[in-house]
Amino acid sequence: MANEIHNKPAVMDRDAIGRRTKQEQRKMTWRLMKQNKECYLMMLPFMIFFLIFTIIPVVLSLPMGLTDFNMVEFPKWVGLSNFYNLFLSDKIFIQSIRVTLIFALFTGPISYVLCFLLAWLINELHPKLKTIFTLIFYAPSMANVYTIWQLIFSGDSYGYANSFLLELGLSTYSIQWLTDSQYILGVVIVVQLWISLGAGFLALRAGFQNIDRSQYEAGAIEGIKNRWQELIYITIPSMGPQLMFAAVMQIVSSFTADIVARNLVGFPSTDYAAHTVMTHAFDYGWIRYEMGYSSAICMVLFVAMFFAEKLISKLLSKYMD
Amino acid sequence: MATEKRLKASNKQAGRKIGGTVGIFLFLTVLGLFMAGPIYLAVVTSIKPVEELFIFPPKLYAMNPTLDNYSDMFSVLSEMWVPFSRYVFNSVFVTVVVTVSQCFCASMAAFCLAKCRFPGNAILNKIIVTALLYNSNVIYIMQYMVMAQLGMINKMSALILPSIASAMGLFLMRQSMSQVPDAMIEAAKVDGANMFTTCWKIVMPNQKPALMTMSIFAFQGAWNIQGGSLVYDEALKTLPTVVQQAAAAGLARAGVAMAAAVFMLIPPVVFFMLAQKNVIETMAHSGIKD
Repeated sequence: MANEIHNKPAVMDRDAIGRRTKQEQRKMTWRLMKQNKECYLMMLPFMIFFLIFTIIPVVLSLPMGLTDFNMVEFPKWVGLSNFYNLFLSDKIFIQSIRVTLIFALFTGPISYVLCFLLAWLINELHPKLKTIFTLIFYAPSMANVYTIWQLIFSGDSYGYANSFLLELGLSTYSIQWLTDSQYILGVVIVVQLWISLGAGFLALRAGFQNIDRSQYEAGAIEGIKNRWQELIYITIPSMGPQLMFAAVMQIVSSFTADIVARNLVGFPSTDYAAHTVMTHAFDYGWIRYEMGYSSAICMVLFVAMFFAEKLISKLLSKYMD
Repeated sequence: MATEKRLKASNKQAGRKIGGTVGIFLFLTVLGLFMAGPIYLAVVTSIKPVEELFIFPPKLYAMNPTLDNYSDMFSVLSEMWVPFSRYVFNSVFVTVVVTVSQCFCASMAAFCLAKCRFPGNAILNKIIVTALLYNSNVIYIMQYMVMAQLGMINKMSALILPSIASAMGLFLMRQSMSQVPDAMIEAAKVDGANMFTTCWKIVMPNQKPALMTMSIFAFQGAWNIQGGSLVYDEALKTLPTVVQQAAAAGLARAGVAMAAAVFMLIPPVVFFMLAQKNVIETMAHSGIKD
């Protein structure tokens, strides 16, 4: 009892201190903002376009998952019912989660490691060869050649893959690569890996170019013996930002992949074997015009990607500044 | 002994053996063949006459190479009532404007986000990454509505303006610029340079690799802008839209489709080569010292 009374003024005092610092903080913030007005001015051109064409559409699209929206009538508020339907009665959605997880677990880490490994190995070569090899590995993400993969994996004997197997006697019949549900996902993963040396790969190449040469010279004097040690002790620790960029790009491309599958094995694929979450969203959005439901699907995917990004930035945090 | 070691170190990086380099070269060549294979096949298919698409076993080369597929594509394109040069001009114009303004805006914004401590910095950085991850079907509809409100539909600006602020380009530049030592910026400040000068005269020359990489992404993105739903006037359409019309899908028309793909691939590849060459040349004599 006596204790309580004794404590009371102390608590009030603490509140008062809090209020004062907040006021001071506000003043400080204002002063800092005035000091940095050049910065705000320099960011303005980007931020104006970013606000109009990205932020506003994103904010407008956020509540759509909670509505019934067919693009003709004004969206009707339905609360969480889209999400209930998704998880409780949409069997194909559950299948698409399975496909996306398999797909992301295969393509994400493998192509991330490939991006880094190849960017590093290319960096060890002569400058002329660097350009050529970078072009060869990056070219697939510039080309729009799904048709050629259809020719390679064509289900008849005119397909390159089938004719190769038939010629060697490894197979006695033509395999239906693009329509047999046991091969579909495998084929799509191969093609996705083929085009996956994209933005992350180039960013890592640029990162390697940016490392100060004198660090390596210093390393050599301090007893670094081979390429491997150099990579572990000098290169990787100074590539944190690029590693993070490549990781984010990899998350985006492996979670939202659906164009390869749709172009290659058609839509919908046999037994929904290559039906990713993004394909499911495409189905509801642009085939059935149930935009509300479709954006609820995208919302689930976004949450998953958000946590994947958090996880990876935690893993990479020791390399960040 | 020690001086010899030091001399060696200043000339070369540690422990480079010629055998290792040859091994790396061979490994990359084998993998490169796999990567280049489908593109090679695309080029071969584009010069095959139709009957050669259906022989067994399929050949890895064209027996009677022909440019029929290309002339097919161009004859379809030239029969449209808008001259072909108009589409080329539209595409080049959109690509140049988008690439230049994207690099300009993103470089400055990235410099501030990476190197200035101003109120709101942390939250802006978070917003950029989150925007990269956010993906929704509805966003295109909302973008369309915003553009309609601004009266941009069926105007060239509908193809250009939305592509200028690229979260990816900004994120790439920001990451790269965060490695610039603070001492360099402090020194510029002491010498009386304002932020704008510091950004363009001091920091950017050292950021060529990242800048060139961003310009490659920008060029590629802009060159492939479809914009079919934003622009319906034939005279405003760009090459990808029209080429796709000319090369309708189907395996029997694979030759024409491949001709279109190869044709569309040439400008990005040329730009890529120029940009990469620039990177390697500048990096031969530049150094950031902390």
